[in-house]
Amino acid sequence: MNLNLRLKIGLTILAIFTLGSVFLPYFTDVDPSAQGTYYRRLPMSREHLLGTNTLGQDIFWFLVFAVRNSLILGVGVSSCTVVISVIVGLSAGLIGGIYDRIVMVVTDSFIAIPSFPILIVLGTLVRGRTNFWLLGLILVVFGWAWTARTVRSMALSIREREFISTARFSGTSTLGIILKEVFPYVYAYIVVGFINSILFVINTEASLAVIGLSKVEIPTLGSIIFWALNYSAMFVGQYTWIVAPVVATVLLFLGLFLTSTGYNELFAARRGHS
Amino acid sequence: MIKLNNIVASYTTVRGQVTAVDGVNLHVPSGYIVGIAGESGCGKTTLLRVLYGDVSFPLSLKAGSVQYGFCNDDGEEATSSNIRQHWFKRISYIPQSSMSSLNPVIRIRKQFVDFRDSKKGNAEVLAEVRAYVKDLGLPPEAIDAYPHQLSGGMRQRVMVAMATFFKPDIILADEPTTALDVVVQKGILLLLMNLQEQMKNTIFLVTHDMGVHYQIAHKMLIMYAAKAVEFGDSDAVFEESLHPYTRMLIESLPTVGDDRMRQGVSGRPPSLWDDLHGCRFAPRCLLATELCRVEEPALKEYKPGHFAACHYVESS
Amino acid sequence: MSLIQYLVGKIVTYLLVLCIGITITFSLPRFMPGDPIDGYLAQIMTQAGQRMSPQAMEELRQSLSELYCLKGSLLSQYFGYMKRVFLTFDFGPSLSSFPRPVSEFIANALPWTLGLLGTSTLIAWTLGNLIGLLAGFFHNNRIATALEVIGVVIYPIPYYIIALVLILLFAYVWQIFPLSTTIRPGPLTFEKMKTIFHNSFLPGLTLVLAGFGWNILGMKALAYATKEEDFVTYARLKQVPPRTIMVSYVFRNGILPQVTALALSIGMIFNGALLTEILFSYPGLGLLMRTAVGAGDYNMLYGTITMSIVAVATAALVIDLLYPLFDPRIRYR
Repeated sequence: MNLNLRLKIGLTILAIFTLGSVFLPYFTDVDPSAQGTYYRRLPMSREHLLGTNTLGQDIFWFLVFAVRNSLILGVGVSSCTVVISVIVGLSAGLIGGIYDRIVMVVTDSFIAIPSFPILIVLGTLVRGRTNFWLLGLILVVFGWAWTARTVRSMALSIREREFISTARFSGTSTLGIILKEVFPYVYAYIVVGFINSILFVINTEASLAVIGLSKVEIPTLGSIIFWALNYSAMFVGQYTWIVAPVVATVLLFLGLFLTSTGYNELFAARRGHS
Repeated sequence: MIKLNNIVASYTTVRGQVTAVDGVNLHVPSGYIVGIAGESGCGKTTLLRVLYGDVSFPLSLKAGSVQYGFCNDDGEEATSSNIRQHWFKRISYIPQSSMSSLNPVIRIRKQFVDFRDSKKGNAEVLAEVRAYVKDLGLPPEAIDAYPHQLSGGMRQRVMVAMATFFKPDIILADEPTTALDVVVQKGILLLLMNLQEQMKNTIFLVTHDMGVHYQIAHKMLIMYAAKAVEFGDSDAVFEESLHPYTRMLIESLPTVGDDRMRQGVSGRPPSLWDDLHGCRFAPRCLLATELCRVEEPALKEYKPGHFAACHYVESS
Repeated sequence: MSLIQYLVGKIVTYLLVLCIGITITFSLPRFMPGDPIDGYLAQIMTQAGQRMSPQAMEELRQSLSELYCLKGSLLSQYFGYMKRVFLTFDFGPSLSSFPRPVSEFIANALPWTLGLLGTSTLIAWTLGNLIGLLAGFFHNNRIATALEVIGVVIYPIPYYIIALVLILLFAYVWQIFPLSTTIRPGPLTFEKMKTIFHNSFLPGLTLVLAGFGWNILGMKALAYATKEEDFVTYARLKQVPPRTIMVSYVFRNGILPQVTALALSIGMIFNGALLTEILFSYPGLGLLMRTAVGAGDYNMLYGTITMSIVAVATAALVIDLLYPLFDPRIRYR
């Protein structure tokens, strides 16, 4: 696949999803998570694009809000993690020495610890009192490590390069060096890390929701599957209920992934590798 | 005798085709160390690749061929089209960088045998290899090591050993001493000289370092802008150069005890993308006339065994 | 760096990860609002459905306090906890199946998890790397590109989707495999092995499919890059047979970063495995955790997460220790 193709496809998918989640909600004023709004188990029709489910919810609108909430969570958390990752990674890579070693050990520990079990426990402990914010916070705690690592390795390789020494000898301040020389390189990794982080966050939240450990009243890509499973959508022939979110999730993830690798290749080509 | 018959070789790039070797026509007597010199981009590495027969995309041999002066197993003469079967048997190659040319995760001894068709057992061959490398100044245990455990000089000796173990008729060396310090350099050069004396084969040595050529080359080929401009015994080429470019090259070499100001050669070689007419050195040549700009000089034998491509050879 | 330095470094990191992990599990109960002991007692009363005499309650309270080392200063609690966990793996009794110890449940569940995880990771890694190698080595070939596309498409699909799709197709539409696992305890007969295989196939397939995507892509990129290296060019000029180049030159070098990456991603693979177990009701740690959540069995929960952290860290350490076998530059100075 040539790089532009990947990036184009990825961005197109993402654009559709983002624009859909931003603008579509304005076209309805019904709360999609309210149950019993419509007749149950209606087939697909012009009024209900994907039919309604056993709880009397319109599947299409539920899905739209689900995508929106997942994206909001993903982007929100990722923005925080990116900031943390960059600070940690850049400082570790550029300062080096003992500081770097300590930071690396801590980062590696966070990467090594499996987040899922801990999330399960935390979900249990504050059951009932879970709100989205808390979940987001926990996801930030577990999400910064990987990107910090990649940013750091990039910072390490930059540090040794000649143009940094040149800048330093020419009297540019450290902050100036960071902003003008280092950032254009690290920028690539930040963008890629950001998108990967969105992927990770949506994935984790959905994984938790599917087994019922997240706030499942709020529509997200995971919770819609949870409800479908809970109400045995497959057995009662409610295929749209379960298939639609699966397709939506796959497409969204594919879009994120293609965009991420597309940018990766784009930046690599710009830097002169191929 | 190794015959280069009107070799034209070009690279296909996104911008089009560029001819890196443009009509080199030469007969090289076997049994000598032949130095190939010239500025970067003059075509010497391409010529080496053509000589080796490593002509794969994006390089292509547009015209001409090489006749190697020996015969295949079936009696046919070895030429560019069938030289591949002789790789590392009758013709071999010493690459520029020894560190990156050896597989870092495999022991050296395995890299000595992984390209042979095994007529003899590996153990037998390795015993011979161990004996052989001793003559080259390497401890026999060296070949049991991994590449990163040896120093740069030792690794280069390993490369030389690999290239010469099968006693090839022709050895091609591409900047074999560039990445080494002078002491190690000297060792490798002496090694090559001794081997050539023993085996009486032909070594083509490409380097931009005229000092190296001065030390070991028997014959010299000077290239400029994809053309061969002078060829002859190195004594003659160094002391009595026929081509103005050669003269300028030699003049730029420092000698001990001589602290005159060195004359550089002003200007740069022409871009091979341009349409080139006449003598390619004319823009930088002090003797250039209208004839030079219009008509390309052919490589002619002006003295026995000494060739040059210049209209004004006599006047110097 | 020398081999010793490398090994020591890895072991130190391992111990540190364990410490951080244990510290997390140690701190978790203390974040619960209210007195944890009261909460547990209430749980036990409801689950066990018995009424205990006040004296029995007091004894229980005492033993629980001891269990959680809630007596004494925080530091002594911490060390007491560490000692208990590390030396004896004693997590206390299960609250929902009182008084059976948590460690008994974990001992039963752990082999299932390790087996499933180990087998599927091995298959995914090997298969993925082989496909990636072929895709990268023959990168102009159409089949190779097709394989790469498969990798690209499968890689971003999350575990639960794959699990659901497989369940839908193979347990519901075509009822080849069971919807949820039913493995009865008993001796390991041939029949039993067949049942195990039959039940493990779908979860295993989920893990393999979810895992081998990144192996394919990673290896393909590495193989492609390695092909351009000087030593591969030189090997070609020496007329080393192409198969030898692919195996001894490209593969042997490309596999090194893949081993390191595997060690780093064990945590994520484990996450996916837990989720898959839950979805398939597979009798491993994942299911144990889920049921513990449902029953409010905190002891079980803490026990299982501690074991998870230990398992993941140990697996990563093992892989890190095996790395020198692949890379002679670490093995010999």
